[in-house]
Amino acid sequence: MDSLLQLTDHGLYCAGGDFYIDPWRPVDRAVITHAHSDHACPGSRAYLTARPGEALLRARVGGEAAIQPLDYGEPVSLGSVRISLHPAGHILGSAQVRIESGGDVWVVSGDYKLEPDPTCTAFEPVACNTFVTESTFGLPIYRWPPQAEVIAEIRNWWTANQKAGKASVLFAYSLGKAQRVLAGLLANVDVAAGPIYTHGAVENFCRLYREAGIALAPTMHAGAAPPDADWSRALILAPPSANGPPGLIGMRRFGPLSTGFVSGWMRIRGARRRRSLDRGFVLSDHADWPGIMSAIRASGASRVWVTDGYRAPVVEWLGQQGIEARAVETRFEGEHDETGAEPAGAEP
Amino acid sequence: MKAFAELYAALDETTKTNEKVEALTAYFSRVPPADAAWAATFLIGRRPKRLLESRKLAQWAIEESGIPEWLFAECYHAVGDFAETIALLLPPAQSSSNLPLHSWIEERLLPLRDADDEARRASLVSAWREMDERQRFAWNKIITGEFRVGVSQSLVVRAVAAVSGLDAAVVSHRLMGDWQPTAAFWAQLVAAAAPDADVSRPYPFFLAHPLEGAIEELGGIGEWQVEWKWDGIRAQLIHRNSRTFVWSRGEELMTDRFPELEALGAQLPDGVVVDGEVLPWKNGEPLPFAQMQRRIGRKALGPRILSEVPVVIVAYDLLELEGVDIRERPLEFRRARLEEIAPPNSALIVSPVVRADTWQELTVRRQEARARKVEGFMLKRLGSPYRVGRRRGDWWKWKIEPYSVDAVLIYAQPGHGRRASLFTDYTFGVWDGNELVPFAKAYSGLTDEEIREVDAFVRANTIEKFGPVRAVKPELVFELAFEGIQRSPRHRSGIAVRFPRMARWRTDKKAAEADTLETIRALLPPGVGAVD
Repeated sequence: MDSLLQLTDHGLYCAGGDFYIDPWRPVDRAVITHAHSDHACPGSRAYLTARPGEALLRARVGGEAAIQPLDYGEPVSLGSVRISLHPAGHILGSAQVRIESGGDVWVVSGDYKLEPDPTCTAFEPVACNTFVTESTFGLPIYRWPPQAEVIAEIRNWWTANQKAGKASVLFAYSLGKAQRVLAGLLANVDVAAGPIYTHGAVENFCRLYREAGIALAPTMHAGAAPPDADWSRALILAPPSANGPPGLIGMRRFGPLSTGFVSGWMRIRGARRRRSLDRGFVLSDHADWPGIMSAIRASGASRVWVTDGYRAPVVEWLGQQGIEARAVETRFEGEHDETGAEPAGAEP
Repeated sequence: MKAFAELYAALDETTKTNEKVEALTAYFSRVPPADAAWAATFLIGRRPKRLLESRKLAQWAIEESGIPEWLFAECYHAVGDFAETIALLLPPAQSSSNLPLHSWIEERLLPLRDADDEARRASLVSAWREMDERQRFAWNKIITGEFRVGVSQSLVVRAVAAVSGLDAAVVSHRLMGDWQPTAAFWAQLVAAAAPDADVSRPYPFFLAHPLEGAIEELGGIGEWQVEWKWDGIRAQLIHRNSRTFVWSRGEELMTDRFPELEALGAQLPDGVVVDGEVLPWKNGEPLPFAQMQRRIGRKALGPRILSEVPVVIVAYDLLELEGVDIRERPLEFRRARLEEIAPPNSALIVSPVVRADTWQELTVRRQEARARKVEGFMLKRLGSPYRVGRRRGDWWKWKIEPYSVDAVLIYAQPGHGRRASLFTDYTFGVWDGNELVPFAKAYSGLTDEEIREVDAFVRANTIEKFGPVRAVKPELVFELAFEGIQRSPRHRSGIAVRFPRMARWRTDKKAAEADTLETIRALLPPGVGAVD
């Protein structure tokens, strides 16, 4: 069977349609699965992306870029192939890319998760012959607790900090994770709960989500807070990069505080303790191990390519299950396929 | 088990000692005494003899999880903690156990001592099935004995003191020695006045801080008693009711390891506790510590090893006389009584006092340390009591500068616990001709920031993998500090060093500028033959 995709030094390339999927260098035509920076490189001549993610992609690659939005499921012909985009459940507007040529169907997952998420359309299994899957959390130790439990834990932590007179600083990726937490808190907090402040990076994406009609708990940019703000009652959402020297110095103004991090990596105690965080909340926008396996099964694929993350164990495991699998070295990984150490910002 | 699992999580979730003490205090006040006794046992690092082999535990966890062995190994590398790996891999919990901690230990764990493998497996798997994920984790920590949660003995002491209203020093003393974790023990521990039932019970050790600042800041030298700082096994020799006990500072009862000291006990008056350093000793001077390790390593002490490596106790202090605790009496008083009770020509050598009229003179004498095979000086304030734990003010250790060598990073391995999945355990090489020979391993001394940089370097510069160990491009140079150096045929370099650690990352040096084996050999003490 011919391969519809090849890995090039620009990224995954489809010769039949002359386009790249999430290229890491500017190209003529890029199909973008979602607007996280390691998947949406600026400078390409033309972009194709799912309609709900158009504004996010524009924020990432610039106002002048030529972006063609596509509804989920809407087919389009490119060269000799037909492509369509299908919900991946990762963040707002995230998509799997379905490519069909003759009778052969390939699906590139992009990043995805199977858990429900009020901020984006749920993952939709798409039947294919070859499934290209991510494997960020491709070890069986990664198994997500129910989202409602995690949101309740965050809520309880915030309340306990208020009682102890401490500000609650919660680190969460500014695009996707922060909004998911805010949507989750919406059902959990009333106005009396206390103010929610955001770092500038988080606030910008919140605005785009709200413009897309996604309901989030009310927030205020921390930079615009009144000088006499009572931080001890506040929840402050900041990107993980703020948990470093410059950000930490800036956080002094909050007074006594407790820190938390919302991430799939928090499933491992060492990952939390290494960052000297008080609390880890296990909530990821990626599929856990059961999620990856169930997505692969649902695709019905007889062949699987594995990108990003724990490629080696996933490939080995699939092989033992009788599924033809190979590792594809995308640029999205550091070396966390083997040891679980994640480079900074590995979970956009 | 619920309360204990919650306590473990609470301790694990904070790095602040006050919050840890609060969590411990709350726990001790609300659980049954037998639970409190067991929890204290684990938290201060005591534990029943390990019952289950890791290999078998892993095998049962693998079967229960339904994954292959290689995948378990992959997961363990990512997690870096055996108990946690198992807890994360077991099938999702279906229930949560209300059985109290002491019942889990006494009714479920300890009976496995006499069980066969099949019964052990069945019991363990059933335990896992009865517990939720947090409980499984705490339970695994108990059964694997890797019980580290950043709680020192002193935190447990503070919490028990808070619960009981007792002085911390009293609690500290009551937690020493030989006791069993029972409800009765707990009742005695927190009781206002308790008769001491344990004839072997040692006192908490008083430990010195390294000297901070200049020696002259200590005031007049006449206010201080100066002794050599010996490098052996810190111990208490106890003689009460005609029986003798030797306790190490790690609270290990070592009497049967040191028949010389047991014999010495019989020469001492009754009701005496001596604090000192156990040293291998011959011809009026200490033997290399490696000789002690060789002796400690022996299961049976034959006449040959006893005559080749005899031990003495170099006595620092007297804590009890005629059955009375004299720790609050001034140092001079205790020292005088110690000299009075010391049997002549025995295995007890009263730690010699170093005479010097000025700090300057003492500073000069400090240079004798290496030749005398000591680590430097101990400075003890005259008039001071024998305190509990590591305190500033009355005792200081003033060690000689460590040896230092520039060596090249050649192998790296992931750490454990909080350093899991970071490359933090390093092997360093020095030049032997054109070849780098492994010379020392070191784990400590770098900042978190430096560890991250070295970790990134290891990942980007791996040249070969041996299981979890990476051979890396020999580029990074570190200054290693260490306390002692010995010949050792067991090491490829022919040299063994004591307490190696990273003193500095020499970013200014290239690998070729690192030290050679030749220069390091020059540091070896003259005339000392190969060990073993």
